[in-house]
Amino acid sequence: MTPNAITSLRIEHITKRFPGVLACSDISLSVGKGEVLALVGENGAGKTTLMNILMGLYTPDEGKIYINNQEVVFKSPSDAFACGIGMVHQQYMLVPNLTVTENIALGMAQLQDGAKQDPFLTRAKRAAKLDLAAVRRHIVAISEHYGLAVDPDAYIWQLSVGEQQRVELVKTLCFGAKFLILDEPTSALTPQETDELIALLRRMSAELSIIFISHKLAEVKALSSKVAILRGGRLVFRGNTADHSSADIAALMTGHEVYLPVNQSKREPGKPMLEVRDLFVRGDRGNMALNKLNLTVRAGEIVGLAGVSGNGQRELAEALTGLRMIESGEVLLDGVNLAGKTPRQIIAQGMGYVPEERNIEGIVPTMSIRENLVLKDIGKPPFSHAGLISNKKIDQNADALREKFDIRCSGVNVAAGSLSGGNIQKVILAREISRNPKFLIAVYPIRGLDMGAAEFIHKQLLALRDQGVGILLISEELEEIINLSDRIAVIFKGQIQRTLGRGEATQRKLGMMMAGVKEI
Amino acid sequence: MLDFIVLFLTVGIPLSSALLLASLGETVNQRSGVFNLGCEGVMSMGAFVGMLIPFMVGGAGKVAWVVNLAGLLAAALVGALLGLLFGVVVIKFGAPQGIAGIGLQLFGTGLAGSLYRHFIGGAQGVAGIDAIRIPILSDLPMVGKMLFSCNPMVYFAFLMVPAVHYLLFKTPWGLRVRACGTMPRAADSMGIDVSRTRYQALAFGSAMAGLAGAYLSVCYAKIFTDTLVGGRGFIAVALVYFGRWSPLGVMGGALLFSLAQALQLAVQAYGFTTFPYEFLVMLPYVLVIVVLIFVGKSKHVGPAMLGKPFNREMRT
Amino acid sequence: MKHFKLVYTAGVILLSVLLTLGIASLILAVLGADVLKTFWVIFCYPFTTLKNLSGVINIMTPLTIVGVGICVAYRSGIVNIGGEGQMIMGLLLAIVFALNTELPRALALPAILFFGVLGGACWGALPGLLKARFGVSELLSTVMFNYIAAQFYSYCLRVPLLDPAVAGGSGDPQTVKLSTSEWLSRINEVFPSLDKGMRFHTGIFIALLIALLVYLFMWKTPVGFKMRAAGASDRAARYGGISVSRYMVLAMMISGACCGLAGTVEILGVHHRGLGNCTGGYGFSGIVVALFGGLHPLGVIPAAFFFALISYGCSALQINKIPVPSNMIDVLQGLVILVIVAAKLVLANPYLMDRAQRRLCALLGRKEAA
Repeated sequence: MTPNAITSLRIEHITKRFPGVLACSDISLSVGKGEVLALVGENGAGKTTLMNILMGLYTPDEGKIYINNQEVVFKSPSDAFACGIGMVHQQYMLVPNLTVTENIALGMAQLQDGAKQDPFLTRAKRAAKLDLAAVRRHIVAISEHYGLAVDPDAYIWQLSVGEQQRVELVKTLCFGAKFLILDEPTSALTPQETDELIALLRRMSAELSIIFISHKLAEVKALSSKVAILRGGRLVFRGNTADHSSADIAALMTGHEVYLPVNQSKREPGKPMLEVRDLFVRGDRGNMALNKLNLTVRAGEIVGLAGVSGNGQRELAEALTGLRMIESGEVLLDGVNLAGKTPRQIIAQGMGYVPEERNIEGIVPTMSIRENLVLKDIGKPPFSHAGLISNKKIDQNADALREKFDIRCSGVNVAAGSLSGGNIQKVILAREISRNPKFLIAVYPIRGLDMGAAEFIHKQLLALRDQGVGILLISEELEEIINLSDRIAVIFKGQIQRTLGRGEATQRKLGMMMAGVKEI
Repeated sequence: MLDFIVLFLTVGIPLSSALLLASLGETVNQRSGVFNLGCEGVMSMGAFVGMLIPFMVGGAGKVAWVVNLAGLLAAALVGALLGLLFGVVVIKFGAPQGIAGIGLQLFGTGLAGSLYRHFIGGAQGVAGIDAIRIPILSDLPMVGKMLFSCNPMVYFAFLMVPAVHYLLFKTPWGLRVRACGTMPRAADSMGIDVSRTRYQALAFGSAMAGLAGAYLSVCYAKIFTDTLVGGRGFIAVALVYFGRWSPLGVMGGALLFSLAQALQLAVQAYGFTTFPYEFLVMLPYVLVIVVLIFVGKSKHVGPAMLGKPFNREMRT
Repeated sequence: MKHFKLVYTAGVILLSVLLTLGIASLILAVLGADVLKTFWVIFCYPFTTLKNLSGVINIMTPLTIVGVGICVAYRSGIVNIGGEGQMIMGLLLAIVFALNTELPRALALPAILFFGVLGGACWGALPGLLKARFGVSELLSTVMFNYIAAQFYSYCLRVPLLDPAVAGGSGDPQTVKLSTSEWLSRINEVFPSLDKGMRFHTGIFIALLIALLVYLFMWKTPVGFKMRAAGASDRAARYGGISVSRYMVLAMMISGACCGLAGTVEILGVHHRGLGNCTGGYGFSGIVVALFGGLHPLGVIPAAFFFALISYGCSALQINKIPVPSNMIDVLQGLVILVIVAAKLVLANPYLMDRAQRRLCALLGRKEAA
């Protein structure tokens, strides 16, 4: 099969099971030449699994794939590349300590290895020496053809997220892709970068077919000609994008009308609860990730921190919780300086934290739910007395919180790591809220959660605010930030660009500021 | 003083060869993401097998050469097989590599000792491979004895340094190996079979370890004892860190370590018997620890996913 | 298929046992031994007389203590391969004290044991500190510390602690014998009414006590809880306000303390003097025991008994005229480690279990159809 001719791609009755989960159930789709199909659905709907099947990364339990009406079986991504299909994964598949050229050579060498018809000597020569110069020429040619600027000699770890995405695109095209799959290509980009990408993809769609996964409806409308909606592993809708409004698609996506709670409180916030003054903090590469950052959050106020990821959000959260060293500056929590204090001391001061990676930072996955619920308080009464743990008190605590926070599990002795994402987040929130914090930092609190859990978490955050707790909400989802926040601070390159009141903030305005524009 | 230095180097260079071979092998293992702490066991088995064939067959002159070579090859083969066995445990089943390595070490050293007692027994040696004197060059003062009158396997070990460097950095296979050790998910997404690449690397690396063991029994000591390998396998693993996963760095480490060891032998040979030699024996081990402290953790050099099993379907 | 998990677990365990025995038999056959008879000697011979059984218990004693120590470290996220070195440093300090003390038995014995614990704890703390402070892998550092300890010990035996009786002679260097008041008595010395074959020393009671205490510490106190949390997920523990590096050092100290105690008990109970090779490889065997005991201090007790049994059996092979060297114990231990770590992952892997279940269902379904 030559990679030049994908006139149609069809998948029929694809089913894939994971232990305890039906990831894809009897899905059939087709894409024709030059079409752009948007694959839409909530997190966990099975979009990525389906595309991984199409790439040969997973083998389907049932179902078939046809290209140009011929059945194909993909055992590995090499088979998919050979047929001209290429994918840009949501998390970029680039080896950080190799150069751009080496990364692309890696896949190209693999493709050539598959070419068994070549004479033995040619193959032996290829195996004996890596021809990086040829790969480099190829990269330059491709990047000029599509107008994708990349530096072939840069190491991946030196590149920004946007640059890495271009490398991914070039890589896929170098492999001879005539059919592109893009998994949430805009999730790490600013609104402006997103616009550029959409324009680029629209140009490319003249030569290629594209499937792109998204849950942002504006992009779907802007780019796609067809739309397919997945929900709970099933295909619930297929049609032309132009025929349906964003609202229709949204309703189909969630299966019901969803009203995420909105902060409508008029109550005036209280005294300053968290004051950050001239904070300098180093990032992992030794650079100044936070560069003279100033921020104030008052009691009974939610401040949303908007920004493209990698602008210092993670470092800020870690510095505030004592997990990262503060170079200089002050962090006052209710008047007490936290700089130089250990996480334990900061927790004792009343700091609550819902961390970014809930599975490995928020809980100890192999310990039980009841143990995770007392992780921060195990050494104190009532959970331990005279140096001995009180299992009775721990059980009582777990049962009460399980009920109050609607943690769905077969029992509190189950390992916390076996729960679904939403329930893990409920365990974390239950622990943090039950400790009666003065302040709470919530990082991407609903990322990857289904709507029901998201709604529950948002309601809890708003309730906590009404009790007078100060909350710093870090998120990339502007909608979440605008819905919940009393004020919105935009972070860019380790500084707060500006702080907006609830009324002033619009998605557009925030987008511009996230890209570094100060005055609008 | 000059004599002392000559003696010191003449002892040190042959000593370093076993370490060098094993470390180069372990470098390839670790570059692919597999941490093989069982190197010691593989070396023991290599030492036994390498000696077994010359011992059983014997022979003299040309025949002896062939037989000895067969012994070395058999040692490499057995090493590769043990590597694959380890691979089944840590790659297929994804077992924790540190602890599985201890298992392999116990298994290998125990088995080599048992088989030795059964098939050879006693303190019997072999003629083995002798050092060769390169004509003319070996007659040069000082360097002649140091560099040009060595065992052929010593030359082989040092030739493997550029060879492994080429393999890792200039061939498609080496690129695959490095990718699998740093970001197996990326390699996987490009159609590279991560498990197969790791098996290959493990087979190659363990074959080198087997060869290193055979060097000890066939070329260096010409006898097998339970303590012949004597912890060299563990040091070989540590040297990989020392050498920052680069063949050249590993060579530096092997030389430095062996010279520290040679110092002890040279001091004894020069009759400083009152100085407790145990402290000199200790020196290289202390050196390794000191070096490990300074190597620390720096990013973007070594295999980031070292010791982490890869399973495509087990995400997060 | 309601009880599939049970069936699966049982099946995997059975397969592991068969695999281990199969490979062991193969090796024995290669060694030219009568396989059945060898297994009889390894597993049954130790039960034949009380004297043999006492030998087993004497081996079990240090194995239990070391195994418990390895568990503490492992549960706290550290693989302690330095048991040998920690045993040596513990028993060395204990011997130095024992040779120089004039205390009465009631005070001397606890004091000697204390110094053993102290020596092991300090030696164990070093790799813990290196890991916590500089990120040095404990897998490598503990092995190096083993060699350093061994050399230091052999120097001490050869020079400052050398028994004048062997000085200048060709015998292996060793220390003078400890005074009998410092020995751990044999059980039939404590209870003279017991059979003469009951000759195991009272160290076993120390071992059982330590296992119980460590269990209570790890599972019933907040400190133990935090150590387990730090071991299970260092990041989550850090985020939960637990100082992972502090507990890492503490875990290594406790682990080293156990090993040091084991070395001391071995000296006081069996050798009664310092001599070369007196650690008997228990530092490594302890790892096998800890794994076999499910990394639980109480599970270590039966595991230690089992390994003491086969260890004693292996050493008795030659007496029973079976041509298998005692190195066989290392082979068996290595084999058991490899099989256990693989089997544990098979048991914990939901994907494999799911696949097995579907296959079994398909198989049963086909039979029903037919």
